[in-house]
Amino acid sequence: MSIHIENLSYSYKGQLGNTLSDINLKIEAGSTIGLFGPNGAGKTTLMHLMTGILKNNNGTITLFGSKVGARHKQTNNLFGFVPQDFSFYQELSPIENLQFFGTFYGLSKQKIAQRTEELLTVFGLTEVSKKPVSTFSGGMKRKVNLAIGIIHQPKIIFLDEPTVGVDVQSRCAIIDYIKKLNKQGATLVYTSHQLSEAEDICEKIVLINEGKIIAFEDISTLLAKHNEKNLENLFLKLSKETISNV
Amino acid sequence: MYKLWACIIKDVKLITRDWVGLSLMFVMPILLVIVITALQAGTFELVNENKVPLLIQNNDNDAISLELENTLEKIGIFKIIELDKKTSKETIAEKMKETEALVTILIPENFSTQVQHKVADFTKNTLQEFGLEAEKIPQNNNLLINELTLYYHPVLQESYRKNLLNAIRSAVQVVESKQIISTIYSSINETAMPDYILNNFETQQIHINEIPVSRDGSAVIPNASQHNVPAWTIFAMFFIITSLGSAVVKEKNSGSSLRLKTLPTNFLTTIFSKQITYLLVAMSQVFVIFSTGVFLFPFLGLPALNIPTDSVGLILVSLISGWCAVSYAIVVGVFSESQEQANGFGAISVVILAAFGGILVPKFAMPESFMFFLKISPMHWSLESYYGLFLEGGKFSDIVNNVIPLLLITIFLQIIAYVGLKKNNLI
Repeated sequence: MSIHIENLSYSYKGQLGNTLSDINLKIEAGSTIGLFGPNGAGKTTLMHLMTGILKNNNGTITLFGSKVGARHKQTNNLFGFVPQDFSFYQELSPIENLQFFGTFYGLSKQKIAQRTEELLTVFGLTEVSKKPVSTFSGGMKRKVNLAIGIIHQPKIIFLDEPTVGVDVQSRCAIIDYIKKLNKQGATLVYTSHQLSEAEDICEKIVLINEGKIIAFEDISTLLAKHNEKNLENLFLKLSKETISNV
Repeated sequence: MYKLWACIIKDVKLITRDWVGLSLMFVMPILLVIVITALQAGTFELVNENKVPLLIQNNDNDAISLELENTLEKIGIFKIIELDKKTSKETIAEKMKETEALVTILIPENFSTQVQHKVADFTKNTLQEFGLEAEKIPQNNNLLINELTLYYHPVLQESYRKNLLNAIRSAVQVVESKQIISTIYSSINETAMPDYILNNFETQQIHINEIPVSRDGSAVIPNASQHNVPAWTIFAMFFIITSLGSAVVKEKNSGSSLRLKTLPTNFLTTIFSKQITYLLVAMSQVFVIFSTGVFLFPFLGLPALNIPTDSVGLILVSLISGWCAVSYAIVVGVFSESQEQANGFGAISVVILAAFGGILVPKFAMPESFMFFLKISPMHWSLESYYGLFLEGGKFSDIVNNVIPLLLITIFLQIIAYVGLKKNNLI
């Protein structure tokens, strides 16, 4: 089991009610999971809990059997996180950023050098590898953001809207590489508002609304069950049902 | 340790690429220390080396008034400019407005005669008190002397004006005393007093030795550089806040900190790294500004900075002062919510701490009610420690009473920073 969440609830300080309630989830190793839901549904909160950025109030989260939240080298090296915001130092070059974060993942100098070269080549950043990232386009910055998150070849990759605001070419390059990582055995947990993109990448989806999981199944099964042709319609249908039930 | 080193390298790269921050931390303080020292050195020269122009309108032009002019010149602080008797008060006022001179003395008509009469009365009465005959001295009961008049420019500070007034009074006293002695002598001996006795009266005055109190016994007179360079170096170290305060906020609020939270590390590593890196910056500031004082100042016509003999003490004081400055910047960074907040509050608070700490305003000029604030300003303890080394020629053991409060304030700031990091869920 790659990710195992049991009876998870979370509320922010001073908040009435829970942002997330009674979340139970089992994600197999090597699978690709899409987290979807309207704005404020709790997707990012769930991802932040799974990565240990937030400390959960109730319940447990384990990654390959290791408990999340203790910032143990063993647990934190299991996953890579690609946040929606650019999470690097804009004044530094891609090489310098990769060296810095690689060191924090505990990689050796040789390994960092090898992975840096590989990733810069894959994302077509070799020519600009020594320029400050602040001078890059949005698409190039997204690539740097992704490269940092996967430099240590993690078993689980959390991707929070990794292609938001990028052009078609950059998006294709990023999606292709994500798929390649999955083929190599990495578990992907992915959020996006691009439902068509999600259909392309994900095997299973988790639909969250108002802090609760309203669906967790294979995309094809889910579409067949609800007699819908695409995720967009399915998502709208399920969201409405939840609201009317409330 | 390897992570801390990587963090330090990263921070050094970030600092060296921030030209605005670098100029605020290095260029601005150097310019400040040069300008302030030059201004203060200029004031010292004005008071100590340059003679004060003194306009004299002598409406008497007799022996005693000329003697008074002569004595005023001998005092050594005045440059006498004679005015014609016909010069009107308006013209004198005009000359003073044009700051040709800041002070003017008007000697009234018959001044010499009147002083002679006054002295004669005094001498006669004194001799009679001793039972000596003094019939030959004429009596001039209840004689009124036309007073000397002093005009001064309103820009003169009260203390400076009083200094000039005292100098003039002492000249008048010398003239009067000489006159009294001469009259007594001639009254007793029935001959004029020989010139050599009068000369002795002037040359054999009690000399006052002026020695600055120093711990090492050296009699080096402190100059504007000894005062200003350490003071403005402290200010520069604390002004690190403009770079470090916002760097902490940036690190805290940026996406990079979000990623760092997912790494098998602690935000404390980032904070330690910033402390070490900026402490190095503070030490570089000390080196650069002190070097400016030692090597560049003489080329600019300013007095050279004399480095204290206790170099270990100097390094220790600089290190603790730098650490305190860094700690303060980190506290401001940890509790600020935006870079603008950190910069604004940081810069203003440093200026206030400098004012309370005796850097902008001398300690002795502060009202008693401000003494509490003086003592809680880390800059005060830092300044006192530096002055102990630079001005008093002391050793580290002599200034340890100033270093301990500085160290305690630093530790207190570190605790506050730690609490802030905990509260913000950063560690």
